[in-house]
Amino acid sequence: MTIPSSATTNATPGAALSGPPSVRRGDRRGAPRLSPRISFLFRRVGRLAVSLALVIVGTFLIIHLVPGDPVRGALGPSASPELVARTRTELGLDLPVIEQFFNYIAGLLRGDFGVSLQTHRPVADTLVSRIPATVTLAVAAFIVAALTALPIGIATAISARSGRRRLLNLAASALLGLLIVVPNFLVAVALISVFSISLGILPAAGWGSLENSILPVIALAVGPMAYLARIVHVEMDRVLDATYMTTARSKRLPGRLVYLRHALPNILTATLTIGGLLLTGLVAATVLIETIFAIPGLGTTIVSAITTKDYPAIQGVVLVYAVMVLGVNLLIDLILVTVDPRSSILEG
Amino acid sequence: MRIPKRLTSPVGITALVGIALLAFLALAGQSLWGVSAEATSVADRLAGPSAAHPFGTDALGRDILARVLVGARLSILLTLGATVISVVGGVVLGLIPAISVRPVRRLITGFIDLLLAFPWLLLALFFSAIWGASAVGAMLAIGLAGAPTFARLSYTLASSVMGRDYVRAARIVGVGPLGILGRHVLPNTFAPLLVNAAVQASTTLLSFAALSFLGLGVQSPEYDWGRLLREGITRIYVNPFAAIGPGIAIVLTGIILSLSSELFTDQARSRPVSLPARSAKRVIEAATRAVKPTRIGGAGDPALVVDAADLRVSFPDQNGGMVERVHGIDFTIEPGEIVGIVGESGSGKSVTSMAIAGLIEHPGKVDAGRLLFDDIDMGEGLTKAHSDRLGVEMAMIFQDPLTSLNPALTIGRQLTEVTEVHQKMSRAESNKRAVAALESVGITDAERRLGQYPHQFSGGMRQRAMIGMALMGSPRLIIADEPTTALDMTVQRQVVKVLRDAQRLTGAAILFISHDIALVSGICDRVVVMKDGLVVEVVDARHLERDAKHPYTKALIACVPHMATDRTRPLPVIGHLDPIAETSPAS
Repeated sequence: MTIPSSATTNATPGAALSGPPSVRRGDRRGAPRLSPRISFLFRRVGRLAVSLALVIVGTFLIIHLVPGDPVRGALGPSASPELVARTRTELGLDLPVIEQFFNYIAGLLRGDFGVSLQTHRPVADTLVSRIPATVTLAVAAFIVAALTALPIGIATAISARSGRRRLLNLAASALLGLLIVVPNFLVAVALISVFSISLGILPAAGWGSLENSILPVIALAVGPMAYLARIVHVEMDRVLDATYMTTARSKRLPGRLVYLRHALPNILTATLTIGGLLLTGLVAATVLIETIFAIPGLGTTIVSAITTKDYPAIQGVVLVYAVMVLGVNLLIDLILVTVDPRSSILEG
Repeated sequence: MRIPKRLTSPVGITALVGIALLAFLALAGQSLWGVSAEATSVADRLAGPSAAHPFGTDALGRDILARVLVGARLSILLTLGATVISVVGGVVLGLIPAISVRPVRRLITGFIDLLLAFPWLLLALFFSAIWGASAVGAMLAIGLAGAPTFARLSYTLASSVMGRDYVRAARIVGVGPLGILGRHVLPNTFAPLLVNAAVQASTTLLSFAALSFLGLGVQSPEYDWGRLLREGITRIYVNPFAAIGPGIAIVLTGIILSLSSELFTDQARSRPVSLPARSAKRVIEAATRAVKPTRIGGAGDPALVVDAADLRVSFPDQNGGMVERVHGIDFTIEPGEIVGIVGESGSGKSVTSMAIAGLIEHPGKVDAGRLLFDDIDMGEGLTKAHSDRLGVEMAMIFQDPLTSLNPALTIGRQLTEVTEVHQKMSRAESNKRAVAALESVGITDAERRLGQYPHQFSGGMRQRAMIGMALMGSPRLIIADEPTTALDMTVQRQVVKVLRDAQRLTGAAILFISHDIALVSGICDRVVVMKDGLVVEVVDARHLERDAKHPYTKALIACVPHMATDRTRPLPVIGHLDPIAETSPAS
């Protein structure tokens, strides 16, 4: 009989520590000896580069994939042929596609996103002036959603397990379910009709003051909050069933320690992963909220750009959105490997 | 043919009625309300809700309710169109990598993952920039934006089918990739794809409403619900119902579509969305039906560590009732005594130990004539002082050391909190104690080990750390629930030795639970044999073979092979024994 490996490590506890686990993993795969974190970082940055490249190609292709003549489409049937030809030259569309692509990339590297067909201003200027509102909105909504979802999810999970307050549990569950189903633009309409029209205490549109931001942030945060609270609830339920939670209870620790010290860290990985998805969703959802509340952000820009076929503006805004999404994904992955030393994303 | 239960459940009926209603609106809405939806009236323009116009009228005096009803047709058709694009596009994109060679597979799944990183609205805006702001453009855009989700789903489903034995067998006998797809993969992935298609339809409906609302979908003079909402919100100060009306239609239809996914679900719903609510409800019903505790109380013997009389534990069953798992057992442990409980799986031995520790949680229920730990009544609400005493005087060790230590906390944190919380010891003092505890269970380099996480410990070491945790306080009782079952033979012996050393060191009593009668008789003073929630016999461990009278105990002993066992014959098997009939004469 071969001696089990755990037995040998027990006989000589130091043996297991002759090298960090990373080295063993490296040996197993026959890969160069890199710590799992470093090799994860390499792979992650590589993926980011590929994603970014595809996004740039994608935004470049928008104008080329448009059926028919994009310039004629943008300028309308009444525009003179001279104007169409001149605009085409300005956009560089008469050059070979490869050359256009290299010009596009060169422009991006210089921070030149082209000139809007509508306003005739550089797209980069518009982007710079519009980004702050969108980012503020998304980040504020995310913070509100995360800060409320955690206590709500934990409380509903504990309350549902205790078996008491049956009606309250059902009501909370139904309310969360409803908030997940109702899309944010309808939530916004409901909020406006209650707080701006019936009660008249908050403005229905505009941007710049704290008062102006309350309704948009709530409208944007409610759905993700309910969803995240559900995830926290389900995760908490799973963790509370774990044997280590019985161990914690067998130590007769006060409830505060049982839930916050022993349970909370174990739901973080799943919560953060979903949280990241929600944050990217929030970035896009600002489009609707900005339109409803007339907020001068990227969302209102892209909607009017698509309506007027202002292709340089569309390309610029889509690129900025995509970079934000990729950035959020990277950030979440980095946070995950930092807080969870055993994170499965390290594996591949 | 029997009607499937899912069609007659409340959810199923709601979904069926809802779908019938939607189909009716889509088919007949135009002919029933088409005239009033188009009838302009300057006198009635921008009117609020009234009996004639429940949602009011629009800028041309057209009835908004009629327009909502007629708009259903376009909303539903466009939703169906976009859903079909999502599903077909996604399934094709997902099945190609499932039957492709590795490089192609990696390329396509990588591409799917990349697309999935982007929220649907962003993808929809991207595509809608290409096809422009029109109903068909929006349908294509939303359809394609939903495809990656489906691609990922069908790829996952297909590759799980591809990995099954019968598919491997089919490949070996030369069935080509397309044959495998048609004969095995598609039939086996159809049902889950259908369920998700219904969920997808719900999302698509909301997405369409969003795009039309932004002005990027259906264009005037045509209208769907999103378009009506867009027109309504501009006049929200005048008539909120112009916006709320179409909003209600959108939400209701979205709910109907997502409920309809239930119609295709065979087993209990797997989505987490309302599972907790459901199981919680069942649990609550069970608890309210359960009998109230009947407490006899009464003082126990002060010399005992554990004194339980008529201990009963019950749990809810599938149908909401309560099932008793431990049927009124009497049980005592003297100070320093090692008591073993043996029995097969389901005999109630672990449940008994959890009840003694006072750790049966709702919805489980403990009833006892008497349940004392030392002088603490475990049946009553515990005071802070009682908790502090229990925290240091009673310790538990579980079967699987891989799951009984918290993976997110260091070993040190998990050891020191016992004394920090219950004895108000300082961090440094607790640390010193933890080092001593680990050393006494044979873990060297204890100081560094305290800073490590459980996953850096081997299985045997984790179990020893659990014993070390018991040594942090001044234990009077250590409950060890199959502490060696998950470990291999060599480590088992080490752990048992450590446990005995700990007992010798502290004088604590041990309640040792195991299904292994040989192991138990080697360690314990007294062996309690349990079967089906009853104690069938209590025997002195030293004379187990001689004193055992009960046939079940004898059978357990006979099952243990020893040096003299005739290896040419099969080992004995415990047949069916009726515990009630067998025990009644003895008691």
